Amino acid sequence: MQLENGRTAVAVSIRGLTKDYASVRAVDGLDLSIPEAEVFGLLGPNGSGKTTTINCLTGLLEPTKGKVEVLGFDVQAQGPAAREVMGVSPQETAVYPYLTGEENVRLFGELYSVPRKALNARVDYVLEKVGLLDEAKRRVGKYSGGMKRRVSIAMALVTDPRVVLLDEPTVGMDPQARRAVWDFILELRDRGKTVVLTTHYMEEADELCDEVGIIDHGKLIELGSPGNLREKYQARDMEDVFIRLTGRGIREGA
Amino acid sequence: MTMKLGHALALARKDWRRIFREPAFLFMLILFPVVLTVAFGTSFGAVGGARVSQFKVGIVALGGDTTTSTQFSQDLGASGTFIVSHYADNSTAQAALSEGQLQALVLLPSGFERSVQSFRAHPGEPGEWTNSTISVYLDRGSALTAQVIPTMLAQVLDQGVLGVKAQAEATPLSLASPSGVTVKETSVFESFAPGLFAFASIYMIMIVAQSYTVDRETGMLGRILVTPTSSAEIVAGSVLSYLVIALVQALLVFACVYALGYHPVSGTDGLVVGFVIVTVFALCNIGFGLITAAIAKSAGAATGISFAFLMPQLFLGTFVGSALSATAQEAGRFLPAYYVTDALTSLWTRGASVTSLAVVTDLAAVAASSAIILAAGVLVFRRFGNR
Repeated sequence: MQLENGRTAVAVSIRGLTKDYASVRAVDGLDLSIPEAEVFGLLGPNGSGKTTTINCLTGLLEPTKGKVEVLGFDVQAQGPAAREVMGVSPQETAVYPYLTGEENVRLFGELYSVPRKALNARVDYVLEKVGLLDEAKRRVGKYSGGMKRRVSIAMALVTDPRVVLLDEPTVGMDPQARRAVWDFILELRDRGKTVVLTTHYMEEADELCDEVGIIDHGKLIELGSPGNLREKYQARDMEDVFIRLTGRGIREGA
Repeated sequence: MTMKLGHALALARKDWRRIFREPAFLFMLILFPVVLTVAFGTSFGAVGGARVSQFKVGIVALGGDTTTSTQFSQDLGASGTFIVSHYADNSTAQAALSEGQLQALVLLPSGFERSVQSFRAHPGEPGEWTNSTISVYLDRGSALTAQVIPTMLAQVLDQGVLGVKAQAEATPLSLASPSGVTVKETSVFESFAPGLFAFASIYMIMIVAQSYTVDRETGMLGRILVTPTSSAEIVAGSVLSYLVIALVQALLVFACVYALGYHPVSGTDGLVVGFVIVTVFALCNIGFGLITAAIAKSAGAATGISFAFLMPQLFLGTFVGSALSATAQEAGRFLPAYYVTDALTSLWTRGASVTSLAVVTDLAAVAASSAIILAAGVLVFRRFGNR
């Protein structure tokens, strides 16, 4: 499928996505098309529906209404096929503390049935990319918070997936580690991968994203490249854009 | 969707690493069974030559003294295990029991003589027998000793006045406990030993429940579920890992009980079948663990809820059971652990054949109940537990 600008095919398609939790509507009729080979930022205040959207994308949550497709696979109807092409780093620093960094990453390669020989090379590659090759034999329980986040990202990328979902990937990282992860994400994009990330760091969105979608109260309220949005709102940076669109009031929830 | 063994094996390896690297898991699954066995062994007669010496037993012949009641009394005394006292009436004997002068009181029914004679005249013809029940009152203040006495009484009765040689052969006289042990060679610990295997394995319920709830709390379960790994492969990984752990547990407990003096009388086939039964029982514990994890909202809650499945099996299904009331012992028959203990007792203590009805029935009961509970655990967890 070609987009109107003819640039590339759609990697992620979200149509009328609605997700209710009891009486709360977390996502409200979201429509979104994310092209291949793009870094897409899903921005929004706490509780705006970012993580719920990501969880519907991964198939972890079943939408109340609407349809989600990843590389043409219906996430609900063709879950296994859709999961084969995705790598996911969730919002929680989900790692096994009793395994080493290498064992965590290797486990996820095995769960995607990556052949052993190829897996050895991929494990070393992604650990090097996130700056943890020297620490690979240490148990993750001994890692700092930022190191655990990097292992989590390496686990998502060990299979070289075509679509990468990163939910707040750089939380808790020092500037050097954050920069290394950014470089890795841009390298992925340059190699034709599609990266969908959520973040509260507006400079991260500015630096990385080809396009951002700002959602609030479960609805998409703005969509465009960071440059275009800055210009449209005559803002100094993305944080300024974000505040203008979502207000200054502090939000509760996640 | 087809099951990929590689996925299950990868998850099983992860579980094994957890068990051997996380001190709490290592203790509960590996060290606890060893500590438990050694503690029981040293406490109840397996170490230091603490063989059972003699028990004080009172006898009341409700139908008056007869040839067979006298013979039974003499057999008890001749066993070297019992010091027998005769009482003229039940109330006097009960008073002696309540005052701690006796450890057990045996009431021979008025039909005792007729039952024995009918059995001798028509062996193998139950329709011709006159059935009667021997009442045994035990000293509740000495519950552990009370575990052994019914078994020993049954042994003396079977091999004495009834002349029964085969294991678990039917007779017209019923007594609470099964027969088959060699009285003079039995210690309290040896009576307990088969129950230790189920006792140690039951704690797997807590570990499985904690494992799943912790993975759910930390987001790991969700993370695994968004890989191409299916729920069935996740459970298969757990089954693989915990079956191996169950076998390791059983071998460790066996090594301990053997070192402490419990030497099974069965052959190799009996040993193998015993280990198979203990290993199959792990499926039941995994199932209960999954049900617990589905109900519990946190790892802490899982620990508490797991006791709801753990305690009944501990008290009604292992060695503790025979110290309980007849009703409680009957209730134990609804629990898989009961059949594990019963099977091991039949195989390893009584020397029953692996093809005997008792063992085959126990194995079937353990396998069927474990399969049902595991299936229920998988269904409940898939429906309520993995989100």
